[in-house]
Amino acid sequence: MRKNRRGVLVLSILLALLLTACGRNMVEQPVYRSYDVNPYLPQGTNAHQPPEGTVSRERGAIDPAFFTGQGEGGMLSELPIELTTGVLQRGMERYNIYCAPCHNYNGDGRGVVVQRGFPQPASLHEPRLRDADVGYFFNAMTNGFGRMYPYDRVPAEDRWAIAGYIRALQLSQYGTPEDVPAEVQLESLIQAEADR
Amino acid sequence: MPNLFPRNSNSFLWWTIGLGGVFVVLLITGLTVFARTHNNQVGVPVEQPVAFSHSLHAGSMGLDCRYCHTTVETSNFANVPATETCMTCHSQVRVNSPQLAVVQESWDTGTPIAWNRVHDMPDFVFFDHSIHVAKGVGCSDCHGPVHQMEGMWKNEPMTMGWCLECHKSPEDYLRPRSEVFNMDYTRPRNQVELGAQLVQDYHIDTEKLPQCWTCHR
Ligand code: HEC
Ligand code: HEC
Ligand code: HEC
Ligand code: HEC
Ligand code: HEC
Ligand code: HEC
Repeated sequence: MRKNRRGVLVLSILLALLLTACGRNMVEQPVYRSYDVNPYLPQGTNAHQPPEGTVSRERGAIDPAFFTGQGEGGMLSELPIELTTGVLQRGMERYNIYCAPCHNYNGDGRGVVVQRGFPQPASLHEPRLRDADVGYFFNAMTNGFGRMYPYDRVPAEDRWAIAGYIRALQLSQYGTPEDVPAEVQLESLIQAEADR
Repeated sequence: MPNLFPRNSNSFLWWTIGLGGVFVVLLITGLTVFARTHNNQVGVPVEQPVAFSHSLHAGSMGLDCRYCHTTVETSNFANVPATETCMTCHSQVRVNSPQLAVVQESWDTGTPIAWNRVHDMPDFVFFDHSIHVAKGVGCSDCHGPVHQMEGMWKNEPMTMGWCLECHKSPEDYLRPRSEVFNMDYTRPRNQVELGAQLVQDYHIDTEKLPQCWTCHR
């Protein structure tokens, strides 16, 4: 009997010890996450810049024009992707995210950041830019333009969609009533605009 | 054998067991409370090397989250912007502001700004932004009114129980995809019907959602 009691005592002490064994080694596992600090690597984080001269394995490797906006005969004048309503809508969405802060939603170059001190870019509706090739816009996004930094964090596919949308935006500002397809009631459009 | 211990040492044993029991219960409660509140700095703004304000950039200037958090739609990681993203504007705006000295230095030296993490899941949890964004879970459902935050804070406890509240009944939270980035979105009165419809439209697998292996793999 007495032996038993001692057993219980020893056991409960041992069990209590188990409570102290909780570490945090599952919370901080020895894995490298992309953006963690890593003192052993040159840039101090796990995320590496690709070495200079790295060739992308995306479409650009086989189709340089797709990645540069320039072909044999200078700037591309046609989109290298198929133009669909989906592409235009994608282009509008991406333009509004990445370009509208400066170039404004309508392209006049008076976006919110320009109002707060950024140099004003030319209106996209200038004759010079209306005559420019789509490759010109793609190129400006890819390599930057003067004081505008490159927007190459936007994937190339999306940059083409934006270039396509800029074309549509340009057309929109010079439309005439004759451009509206016959089946669309112009009055109802004007009314809808007024109701907004 | 003579008695080593006096008779009343028997009651000592019972006292030990009794008090020990109370101690263990208190310890477990204490640890649980600690585990649930520890690191869950809900509502406490996190100090950052640069006094970056979401309320200025995403609020009054109305920048879209994706201007900076570029990969939130395509990867598990939302991406904290590179210094170059700041420089797209700050190469011209407020160039000599002392508030931006750290940004300028980071740009000059090529070392990233050491932003402190606000949210940090334990490594044994799998989380993915892209699926939530694609299935109509808004940023503000998990991060709160970011466009009004001066300094960024955690708006939700981000515990397992919290994740499960939604994973058990996503229809209470879902919104149309087009509203995911709308920080002012409020749920409509008919959320239950809308939510149920969206669960169908977006092919959400309600069987799989609350399973352990969805988040622990
Ligand atoms: C931070 C503000 C800002 C953003 C955002 C921005 N731009 Fe610009 N952009 C400018 C400025 C300023 C110029 C004129 C630069 C100069 O002349 O030094 C410019 C010039 C251009 C030009 C050349 C215009 C010309 O006069 O020939 C094009 C094309 C262009 N931007 C397209 C874009 C597109 C497309 C996007 C979105 C991916 C974009 N920009 C985003 C500020 C911006
Ligand atoms: C101008 C760039 C910019 C924009 C636009 C922006 N953010 Fe951020 N965001 C940052 C930076 C820089 C940080 C890191 C510093 C911090 O935590 O305040 C950050 C941090 C965060 C964090 C916390 C990250 C962590 O450490 O856990 C969340 C959540 C977040 N942003 C959400 C959003 C949402 C939602 C939007 C859109 C309403 C948005 N951000 C718009 C730059 C931006
Ligand atoms: C799209 C343009 C844009 C981007 C991108 C941007 N900012 Fe700003 N930021 C501004 C503007 C414009 C102001 C000044 C607003 C005002 O006072 O009117 C500002 C102000 C600031 C200020 C306050 C400066 C002062 O002197 O009061 C800080 C700090 C700041 N930004 C940090 C950042 C950081 C860090 C990033 C990168 C994560 C960033 N910004 C990205 C446009 C931008
Ligand atoms: C379902 C909830 C949820 C939604 C919706 C959500 N986030 Fe997050 N966010 C998290 C969690 C959880 C983390 C911490 C992730 C980690 O530690 O790995 C996080 C982290 C972040 C971070 C820090 C960087 C990173 O990825 O770890 C940023 C920035 C961020 N979120 C921005 C956003 C933006 C912008 C949106 C809207 C498009 C958004 N989040 C939507 C839950 C969410
Ligand atoms: C407001 C609702 C909501 C919250 C909060 C939420 N989730 Fe989800 N989660 C969803 C929905 C909806 C899906 C999509 C399910 C589907 O497609 O079948 C999802 C899917 C997932 C997936 C599955 C990804 C895949 O590849 O199958 C993971 C992992 C996940 N969530 C983790 C988390 C974690 C971890 C948290 C807490 C930090 C969390 N979620 C919080 C709504 C939510
Ligand atoms: C929706 C995502 C999700 C699902 C489903 C889920 N978990 Fe978790 N789990 C989490 C998160 C997030 C944490 C981390 C909570 C924290 O850091 O406070 C966690 C933590 C845990 C922990 C550690 C608790 C601690 O205090 O350290 C255990 C054990 C666990 N989960 C078991 C399970 C089991 C068993 C299931 C299935 C019944 C399950 N989880 C399902 C998201 C999930």
